[in-house]
Amino acid sequence: MNPLLQVEKLDFTYDSEPVLKNVGFSVNKMEFIGLIGPNGSGKSTLLKLMGGVLSCDQGEIFYNNRPTKSINKKELARSITWIPQEHPMVFPFTIQEIVLMGRHPYLSPLSFEGEEDYRISRHAMETTQTLQFAERYFNEISGGEKQRVMLASAIAQEPEVMLLDEPTSALDLKYQVQILNILKRLNEEKNITVIMAMHDLNLASRYCQRLILLQDGAIVQDGTPEEVLQKEIIENVYGVEVNLHTLDGGILVHPVINNQ
Amino acid sequence: MQPYSYKITLIVFFLLFMATLCVTPMIGSTRINLMNALSGGVHANNNLDANILFQVRLPRILLGALAGAALSVAGAIFQALLRNDLAAPFTLGVSSGAALGAVIAIVFNLNMIILGFPMVALFSFLGALGAVFLVFSLVRTRHGEFPTGILLLAGVTANFFFAAMVMFLHYISDFSQSFRILRWLMGGLDITDYQTVFSIAPMVFLGIGLLGYVSRDLNLISTGIHSATSRGVNVPRIQKIGFITASLITGTVVSITGPIGFVGLIVPHTVRLIVGSDLRILIPASMLFGASFLIVCDTVARTLIAPTEIPVGIITAMLGGPFFVWLLKRKRQI
Repeated sequence: MNPLLQVEKLDFTYDSEPVLKNVGFSVNKMEFIGLIGPNGSGKSTLLKLMGGVLSCDQGEIFYNNRPTKSINKKELARSITWIPQEHPMVFPFTIQEIVLMGRHPYLSPLSFEGEEDYRISRHAMETTQTLQFAERYFNEISGGEKQRVMLASAIAQEPEVMLLDEPTSALDLKYQVQILNILKRLNEEKNITVIMAMHDLNLASRYCQRLILLQDGAIVQDGTPEEVLQKEIIENVYGVEVNLHTLDGGILVHPVINNQ
Repeated sequence: MQPYSYKITLIVFFLLFMATLCVTPMIGSTRINLMNALSGGVHANNNLDANILFQVRLPRILLGALAGAALSVAGAIFQALLRNDLAAPFTLGVSSGAALGAVIAIVFNLNMIILGFPMVALFSFLGALGAVFLVFSLVRTRHGEFPTGILLLAGVTANFFFAAMVMFLHYISDFSQSFRILRWLMGGLDITDYQTVFSIAPMVFLGIGLLGYVSRDLNLISTGIHSATSRGVNVPRIQKIGFITASLITGTVVSITGPIGFVGLIVPHTVRLIVGSDLRILIPASMLFGASFLIVCDTVARTLIAPTEIPVGIITAMLGGPFFVWLLKRKRQI
């Protein structure tokens, strides 16, 4: 089987500071992948490059064996969507307007959204439990609700791949689990491939089938949570002493605190 | 917004504009008899009412409509592209570049008329273009996108620089030149021919049409350039189209009227409060409301201390200052 996405020898430099160095891996359809690693390890940049938001200096990303650079932006947007960590909004758009923006790659210039677009958007809002505030303004709702609205907009885009940059890091436990459950459902029921950057190793190990660990712009480890979340690897990459426990089939990474 | 309420909204704004267009020509320092004016035909030389209506007031009102429409649409576009609701058509230096051009033409006594345009207008248009070119050439990045923070700073810097040049030229000019410079900088609609109106109208309409064509892409850019890219927007191309077109229609208008401030800030804001942030409706609604707004301001300017006419730029600035303060206070409360 051909991989859905293939990342080959990716290099990216930001202000003459190398952010990614020779990164390569492939993603199969329906995988649920967590990108983990310390701050500044290149997770966000990697997601942006995969989503076509940034273009790389060296290397190539293939989607269904086609280089993403050569795919028209609108066409690519029907297959891959990228959701940023934060959503600063200057102008008062309603939730419904934001979700309908997900339909952009399917519309021709000057046209308005039709019945079908409204139906798809409504369904996306039901999936993320945001339909009840469809008429409210984006800036009036809470952080967790905002993240769900952006997720609804991405669902309305009907992509095959969702790239999420730390979708849960600013949320409380309830919203974190809510967002991850929605993603899990999309993965299982709609066959959407999910790749997300995460900081919470415990939640990552519970939800992701596969983890990719980055350090200083390079892949250190790539495999199942059991393969990646090992004591020596974590201690080495994060520079913190940890103990590992297993609970309910997930791995608990427990930092050792010794400041006596 | 759904197509049906879209149509209703636009019809309301269109009716408002038509009402303005019908009522304001009747208002002025001289009372005119409408029946008398219309009975004599457009070019009846001995018909004073017709003369005032068709040769004095109407060209000026049409110029006001074009200028108001262009500045308001440009304001809406600059706000969306810079993702800053305090941005305006003059933020990136278009007007101060235009002012420098005009002041050069005045100080060096360039009084020829080329292709029907006075040198002052041509020079100020070139000045506007020069300013746009300068600002954008300063801020290119390798991915072809315009970083909005740097763009704003470059615009403010260009504004200060051109203002300094204008002050220098103003200082070395003689009395009559100084008066013309000051008068130009105040911004006004006092023309007395249709030719000017007809020669700038195509540019303004083409520009607004093009901006309307990319309005959904601009909506997405106004929510963030990266997420717009991931929704399939070709961000560098739309930014280029948006910035250049909005600057061109601004420069076109300003080269004739001088800088008429605050219209491009007040109108898009007011219209946004009524119709929302969707540029597909905000653009046409701002165009119609902006046209009406500037015509009304100019009517006030013509009649406030009649028979003396105040430059309309003074009226808009007097309204704009308090509006800006209100806006800032409102922003801080949110």
